[in-house]
Amino acid sequence: MSRVQGPVIDLHWTLDTGLLTCGIASLKAGKLTEPSPTPPSAPETLLEMRDIVKVFPGVVALDHARLTVLKGEVHAIVGQNGAGKSTLTKILNGAYRRDGGTIVFEGREVDFSTPHQAQVGGISTIFQEINLVPFRSVAENIFMGREPRRFGLIDWPRMNREAREILTRSGIELDVKQPLLNLNVALQQMVAIARAVSFGSKLVIMDEPTSSLDEREVETLFDAIRQLKSTGVSVIYISHRLDELHQVGDTITIMRDGQTIEETSLADISKLEIVAKMLGKNIGELRSEGTTGFSERKTDIETPPFYVASHVEAKPVLNDASIELRKGEILGLSGLLGSGRTELARVLFGADKPENGSLSLDGVPSPIASPRDAIRQGIGYCSEDRKAEGIIPEMSVRENLTLAALPTLTKNGIIDPKEQAKIVDRFVELLSIKTSDVEQPISQLSGGNQQKVLLARWLCLEPRLLLLDEPTRGIDVGAKAEIHHLIESLADEGMSVLMITSEIEEIVEGSNRVTVLRDGRTVAEFDRAQIDQDVIIAAMAEGHDPFPSTVEE
Amino acid sequence: MASTTPRVSAGARSLPELVRNSSQTQRALFALIALSIYNAFATTNFLTFATLRVNLTQVATIVIVGVGMTYVIGSAGIDLSVGALMAISGALAPKIFDSQRALLSNEWIGIPLAIVIPILVAGAFGYFNGYLITKFKIQPIIATLVLFLGGRGIAKALSDGNLVEFNKPHFDYLGTGRPFGIPVQVIVMIVIAIVAAWGLRSTTFGRYVLAIGGNERAAELAGVPVTRVKRQIYVLSGLLAGVAGLIVVAINTSSDPYQVGQDMELDAIAAVAVGGTPFTGGRATIAGTVIGAFFIHQVRYTLISHGVPDGTTRMVIAGAILIAVLLQRPKAGWR
Repeated sequence: MSRVQGPVIDLHWTLDTGLLTCGIASLKAGKLTEPSPTPPSAPETLLEMRDIVKVFPGVVALDHARLTVLKGEVHAIVGQNGAGKSTLTKILNGAYRRDGGTIVFEGREVDFSTPHQAQVGGISTIFQEINLVPFRSVAENIFMGREPRRFGLIDWPRMNREAREILTRSGIELDVKQPLLNLNVALQQMVAIARAVSFGSKLVIMDEPTSSLDEREVETLFDAIRQLKSTGVSVIYISHRLDELHQVGDTITIMRDGQTIEETSLADISKLEIVAKMLGKNIGELRSEGTTGFSERKTDIETPPFYVASHVEAKPVLNDASIELRKGEILGLSGLLGSGRTELARVLFGADKPENGSLSLDGVPSPIASPRDAIRQGIGYCSEDRKAEGIIPEMSVRENLTLAALPTLTKNGIIDPKEQAKIVDRFVELLSIKTSDVEQPISQLSGGNQQKVLLARWLCLEPRLLLLDEPTRGIDVGAKAEIHHLIESLADEGMSVLMITSEIEEIVEGSNRVTVLRDGRTVAEFDRAQIDQDVIIAAMAEGHDPFPSTVEE
Repeated sequence: MASTTPRVSAGARSLPELVRNSSQTQRALFALIALSIYNAFATTNFLTFATLRVNLTQVATIVIVGVGMTYVIGSAGIDLSVGALMAISGALAPKIFDSQRALLSNEWIGIPLAIVIPILVAGAFGYFNGYLITKFKIQPIIATLVLFLGGRGIAKALSDGNLVEFNKPHFDYLGTGRPFGIPVQVIVMIVIAIVAAWGLRSTTFGRYVLAIGGNERAAELAGVPVTRVKRQIYVLSGLLAGVAGLIVVAINTSSDPYQVGQDMELDAIAAVAVGGTPFTGGRATIAGTVIGAFFIHQVRYTLISHGVPDGTTRMVIAGAILIAVLLQRPKAGWR
């Protein structure tokens, strides 16, 4: 029942001097051993997940991950994309089956095989997209699946009365007969929480509950969470918004690469440390050089910007994002998940329309209306989600490679197979794409080779700007280095590259310049000389710009 | 055809293994051959040119509509309106060549226009389908349901709800002519199937169709003009339904808005399914659809020529489609 914590490392880091002092403050073994003036009953462990393993084809999603939640606490889980937070909670609520490990809930070993079983067992999940029925009434949504009955028919008066009571207990007064869709998202979430409470849930999992809420709605949600807590219910709270964690959370579990990196009290850890741990870096640690395929001779690129986006707003993610691209540079775009990196790239490519702000290409305002337009202007975009937005799985390597170039390979709409074969052969060789045959379906290639085919899809058009969103995600080390070399040589030839990546080494070693986004805002820009791992992490975590003068330029 | 996945067939020894290692299109072909062998022995007069000609004549419209449907399904869509569009096209033609207006009463002007205009009108209705699907993001099955229900109403209005009989030998040639002993509609069918198979493989349009069916978001980000191509797909399906509608009224030398193209959408969809084009899009085979159409038609022919009642015939065809679709699952068979 006791929670053993490792040595707690006390970090003091000051931006102005860059000095770092580090000391082992205390070794807290066991649970809350310090005597307190009014000793509350020692918090009980509600949930303990140990050594959880989950393997998806080709990927180990969870590698002996653990999670301990105490009774009546709000427990935050953070981690980068693919760290395993969602997988862990899905194993907990029965949406996925685990491949190893044990789950102890309320002192008993449990094994839920469906989310419904978990709900009956006391664990409710409130998803990002609310999984209620919009056209049915509030009361029906609360009681769905277990409506009070009388003579075999639904007892409407009783159901409405009880729904009202449940909501009142959570401090909400509203007409329970109105359809759910009349309510705003925050209130719909309250209804979802009320439903969880009415099930007698002991643990409520919230996955990104605030992603579509405005500030006031967030406050209402937090009140509801505190209310839950006061009744002894525990909450697992997954969020990318670090500011919220300290407001509402008690403890935090940090995950990376399917493992639990840290479990600690939120009072003991700063935002900066959280981000550093998510990225797998220690602040002040000497960076091991040459971990990427980039060479270490980056210089400042002094060409004037040709593509400028200023104060771009695209709800719900982008608030005030600005970026400039110069010929022949590699611009690193940094930011945590949910900071708006992908959204900004999509705006630059014409895939999404900004609501406010301006774009200008070669001095021409709002130059791009669609991806097709962008391609005509010499811009290419590789999505972070190869499977959903990159490959056409049914098609061959040849066809995937030449998909964007088809208009240049045709006469009167008829494809010239010789020209096509020439291009395919050239790029398969140039990028050393490993495929048994160019007619092989692309889905049979390794991730790295799929990525090379998608890069070749753009390179054969000789673009002047390539937007690369996580170009090395999910591919092996060798292929990574090859892609780094490729990006660099393209920039040397005069192509501009916008490189979005969660791997801080790639940003630090590969970029000529770095722009940092946080919560949909551009918070910092660094020239080559200013690029430093710790400074970038600080900007990502806290929005600090240690060199405020550079933004004014 | 070009886009069916080649599978390793070497080493296949037992029959179940052979079935497992073959593509759906090959299986449909085996089934068609098996059925033909059965008919050669069990059905009188099956192996005569007259029977072949009748069968070819009857299967032509299924193939023509099925070709358009193959493009539609290859793009992960569906078109329920084709039967109704056939009725509109068939109802429009006599309106034009039976017109008493000065120019149209001239056969050299009236007949060509009576062929071209109905086809174009059917194509325009196809554009309407595509417009609903792309502009308002309506699911194809709902969008084309509109004309499935309303289109036949338009055809009835055009012909005042009556059977229209006519006598225009030059128009009837579409359904009854036999240059070199081959029925005209069979020639039309062959030309359309060959051009469509080539187009699917060798034109930008054909590749875009399959790219959209395979992964629409990826296609859009690769610069495929998704909206335009989708509209073109439904226009193509409409145009081909228009052609098929004319053939049907030309054979009958009459246009019955209640009968022309009745159940055609289902025959065409079944032909595509049996032929091995997956309904999830991204792959399509015109040859498969042709084989599928022949198979479905021959099942019906076999049952009818053995005096099996219509209700039973429908059940058997339904069963054949079910088996075909079950075999099409990624892990084929029961194992």
